[in-house]
Amino acid sequence: MKSIRIGSGAGYSGDRLEPAIDLMKKGNLDYICFEGLAERTIAMAQKSKQEDVSKGYNELLLYRMEQVLPLAHVHNIKVITNMGAANPLAAMKAVAELGNTLGLKGLKLAAVIGDDIFENINQYLDHTLIETGQPLKSLKGKICSANAYLGCGGIVEALSHGADIIITGRVADPSLFLAPMVHEFGWNLNHHEKLGIGTLVGHLLECAGQVTGGYFADPGKKEVPDLWNLGFPYVKIDNSGQGYVSKLQGTGGSVTRATCTEQLLYEIHNPQEYITPDCIADFSKVEFIEIEKDKIAFKGATAKNATDTFKVSVGYRNGFLGEGQMSYGGANCIQRAILAEEVVKKRLDLFSYDIRELRFDLIGINSLLNRVEPSKSLSEVRLRVTGRTETKKQAQQIANEVETLYTNGPAGGGGASKKVEEIISISSILVPKKDINISIEYQTLNQ
Amino acid sequence: MKLWDIAHTRTGDKGNISNISLIVFDNKDFQLIKEKITATVVKQWYGDQVKGEVIRYELPLLGALNFVLYDALGGGVTSSTALDKHGKTLGAYLLEMPI
Repeated sequence: MKSIRIGSGAGYSGDRLEPAIDLMKKGNLDYICFEGLAERTIAMAQKSKQEDVSKGYNELLLYRMEQVLPLAHVHNIKVITNMGAANPLAAMKAVAELGNTLGLKGLKLAAVIGDDIFENINQYLDHTLIETGQPLKSLKGKICSANAYLGCGGIVEALSHGADIIITGRVADPSLFLAPMVHEFGWNLNHHEKLGIGTLVGHLLECAGQVTGGYFADPGKKEVPDLWNLGFPYVKIDNSGQGYVSKLQGTGGSVTRATCTEQLLYEIHNPQEYITPDCIADFSKVEFIEIEKDKIAFKGATAKNATDTFKVSVGYRNGFLGEGQMSYGGANCIQRAILAEEVVKKRLDLFSYDIRELRFDLIGINSLLNRVEPSKSLSEVRLRVTGRTETKKQAQQIANEVETLYTNGPAGGGGASKKVEEIISISSILVPKKDINISIEYQTLNQ
Repeated sequence: MKLWDIAHTRTGDKGNISNISLIVFDNKDFQLIKEKITATVVKQWYGDQVKGEVIRYELPLLGALNFVLYDALGGGVTSSTALDKHGKTLGAYLLEMPI
């Protein structure tokens, strides 16, 4: 029976590289996928592309590829990543240049293109925003990006043309991992159970360390050995859909039924209907079985037919965020922080700006969930003031009013910080799949 | 006893929606959390944080409940003014609930 081994090289855009390199060296992998694109990352990338047409891909792409490419070449591991972000073509060209410098003759690169529908966005102004129920045209004039969540199709096609390194833009996270299974095992749209299993594999792997004991440890309750040296996961799966998730021996972390269950439900709503571009996966009957230490088998996933739409993330300019912070410590620190809060409130009233979601947090007391009564025993507390404004100048004023607490506020404030940034928000619409044209560009090194 | 003694959790976000899993360490405790930790109880526990409804999904084979909290993240990660814009820290508060 044919089986493959798929590793996870990154769980988010800024993730560690060493565990991925470790997996490529010792994991006997056939594939490794690097997931590096969150909802907002692509809108930010789109902004940098607008400033420089040769940019707009993940900032760590070349740093990663410098070590990844030679290992892919030597160990014959195919690499799949959405680090192309807003500009997969420019990303491929940059990686090709790097690969040529490294002398990796014959390596075939591919860029999957077609997720970026910003040019056509005006066709969809009457479409409803999923989050608010308003029509898309309510954002007109502010829209700065539009990217469809593609499925595994483009990657599968690139693999069938012999590509070794595949760089995409917005492809749904689990689809990156599903693609090699579909390609290797010849699964198709009618293989519902298989697509469900493949999507489960993708979902377990897409956050890398989150299934091997990362984001899990709770001292005294959930111990994770050598967390500092967390190993990244891989899955071994055969064409019947049987498989397990594991990590390299000698790395830190642990793979257990508990780590797998936490990751299974991570960012899932109805477990019977996990909608991806490839299928509607059903995880409600999934079970995890421990085969041996750090080796967990999975079963019970299935799926229904995919929907006929792609979800499109629409990025739009949403004003500015201003933030200031100041700490108070020692005797009576909470009362001084509360007085500081009152001062800033009254100062900002002087300007009568339209500040949306003006927010006062006491870090250490109520910044994460405003439900906890201040305890008298706290030895320090940090005031955080933040709000959204129309203009940068107004946002700056919020930050400044906290900083001026130094010489004008209650006694003993220290460690002021401030931040002002433009807010790029994301909303979503659904677009018919038939509207999206996926194409692939190839480049073979030193030919 | 607190939920922390018998269960663990992970929190995720999609837009302005938070989801909090509650997973028992030992499946024999599943019936207990299924009876006690209803969507209404969770909605009350989080107070003003959750502006919308709470929906609960049950996964008996995994000993898990999945709570989906609507309008719970101040607009979501791309527009919220909160310190933890993803709301990733929310789940641990549920484990403080006495049971």
